[in-house]
Amino acid sequence: MPKITFREALRQAMDEEMARDEDVILLGEEVALYNGAYKVSKGLYEKYGESRVIDTPITEEGFTGIGIGAAVAGLRPIVEWMTLNFSIQALDQVINNAAKMLYMSGGQLSVPIVFRGPNGPAEYLSSQHSQALQTIYTHIPGLKVVSPATPYDAKGLLKSAIRDNNPVVFMEAEMMYSWEGEVPEGEYLIPLGKADVKRQGKDVSVVTYAKPLRVVQEAARRLAGQGIELEIIDLRTLRPLDTQTVFASVQKTNRCVVVDEAWPVCGMASYVGYLVAHHCFDDLDAPVETVTGEDVPMPYNHTLELAAQPSVEKVINAVKKVMYL
Amino acid sequence: MPEQTTKQLKNYKKDFLSGLLRTMLLIRRFEENASKMYGLKKIGGFLHLYIGEEAVAVGAISAVDLKRDYVFAAYRDHGHAIACGADPNVLMAELYAKIDGCSRGKGGSMHMFDAEKHMMGGNGIVGAHIPVAAGCALKIKYKKEDGVVLCFFGDGAIHQGSFHETLNMASILKLPIVFICENNQYGMGTYYERVSSVHDFSVMGGSYGIPGKQVDGMDVLAVYEAVKEAAERARKERIPGLLEIKTYRYRGHSMSDPAKYRTKEELDSYKKQDPILILKEELTAGGLLDDKTYKQWDDACKKQVKNAVDFAEQSKEPPLETLYEDVLIE
Repeated sequence: MPKITFREALRQAMDEEMARDEDVILLGEEVALYNGAYKVSKGLYEKYGESRVIDTPITEEGFTGIGIGAAVAGLRPIVEWMTLNFSIQALDQVINNAAKMLYMSGGQLSVPIVFRGPNGPAEYLSSQHSQALQTIYTHIPGLKVVSPATPYDAKGLLKSAIRDNNPVVFMEAEMMYSWEGEVPEGEYLIPLGKADVKRQGKDVSVVTYAKPLRVVQEAARRLAGQGIELEIIDLRTLRPLDTQTVFASVQKTNRCVVVDEAWPVCGMASYVGYLVAHHCFDDLDAPVETVTGEDVPMPYNHTLELAAQPSVEKVINAVKKVMYL
Repeated sequence: MPEQTTKQLKNYKKDFLSGLLRTMLLIRRFEENASKMYGLKKIGGFLHLYIGEEAVAVGAISAVDLKRDYVFAAYRDHGHAIACGADPNVLMAELYAKIDGCSRGKGGSMHMFDAEKHMMGGNGIVGAHIPVAAGCALKIKYKKEDGVVLCFFGDGAIHQGSFHETLNMASILKLPIVFICENNQYGMGTYYERVSSVHDFSVMGGSYGIPGKQVDGMDVLAVYEAVKEAAERARKERIPGLLEIKTYRYRGHSMSDPAKYRTKEELDSYKKQDPILILKEELTAGGLLDDKTYKQWDDACKKQVKNAVDFAEQSKEPPLETLYEDVLIE
């Protein structure tokens, strides 16, 4: 199977869906002539032209709203946010319009749109450019929220997101764009709302998604050397959440750690932790542990910024804690 | 001052003129009854009445063809929905929060939709629908259709970033859209001149290369002519337009607003320019209407609204299981 980058997987997904359905258009800052701030849309402008790949001014609220209107009127737009940090400018459009149009119109108007871009910290970017904002979007009924961790998942999930008839927030990461992984040639889809067991193990279920998957996989390798077998659940979609896969794993291992790079307060880690504690109460041999981003804005200094994020050591410590080691 | 149009009633078909008057009357009677039912606690929450502003929606929407054109309104949207031909029964049922309402009782006053008639809402966030309307215009352009979008908003919305961001993009993308600022002169309780750097809003498209015009919003034919001109320019030449339509709401911002920030004299001066009264007098003077016919039309509107109230009264509460419906679609 060919190995391609996360970036190329996303590009292929958009290319294939644009070829398949002429209602799919792409708009955002630098997506056309510049080929994307992170080159995810490379070649699409040349292939599909200016009517389908549209450069916008730096006005996130405006172009996000225009994408929503185009979706309401029958197109299937992909709106690229240069990063999720800038999507905060567009939050009103996503929360008040995209997420609510179907409900407040009594089912008359749907919003088939994908909002996509990089989320979470990269390196040396300080507080305003390093935010993991999935919690904000996942809080909102009426949205679907997808956050893949591998090129294979990214391609299959983005294709499904583009075909979905609901507004989907699709989160990538700057650090992940150059990650490589096996992606088959030819078309495949991965359904939204299905978690994936990335590693089988009997001792501790570690639930994670997106960039921290690699941290968890490294922790699993190191712990395997000590005879501890982690089962890694990659959520892939945060809303709707595949609780069944999580619960089935915890019922097998009886121990659970949730790893999330977002802030700890009211985040995915605390929510999944609550769900596991509630639904698997009789199965648990230890309280659920969480590893999250530290509860601070991201600093510029590299040592400090690494200390603010989930690490292999933090995951190993959490695993040992639920094993009373 | 808004430009005065020369009245040439003979340029219009009699049915068209009577249609304008009857639609304005229907909106007036609908709103009066909505107000009454609010007082009886049949309707809850926010209720923003359109009384006094009828000529804006009616004149503007009569200038387009809703088979190919679209309307987006803000939160004071009952009049636009009626002007688009939405069923008053369904609109009143929505105000009553009943299952037969246009939004199945989930939207209320600010969320009147009739997608089949291209009435695309109703939006409760000031200015939030302006880029959405432009997105609809992008669809029209992309699909090479010949439609045009009318986007209505108030004087309060014109300072929002969404307005300015959208005008810029509508201009560079050459979108078929007419931005219609219904300047009823008060953003909630604040007189527009107190919060506006310029007092002639028609110039606000200038920075974006969008032509603007002020229009007398108490004169339904002036509105019709101005919107027709702007809509055809947007449709044929892909030049967006901006109209500032000067109007006045007789009631407060919403039912809870006694409107103490303005004088009785000011209100009375606008009531003397009432859009229904003006057109009635013009038609009468032109020999196209007599008192008896006017009364018949008015009685018919009152009956239609009474039927709408009866329909809403008899419509059922939404079943509890609808709570989770229409959050997501298959």
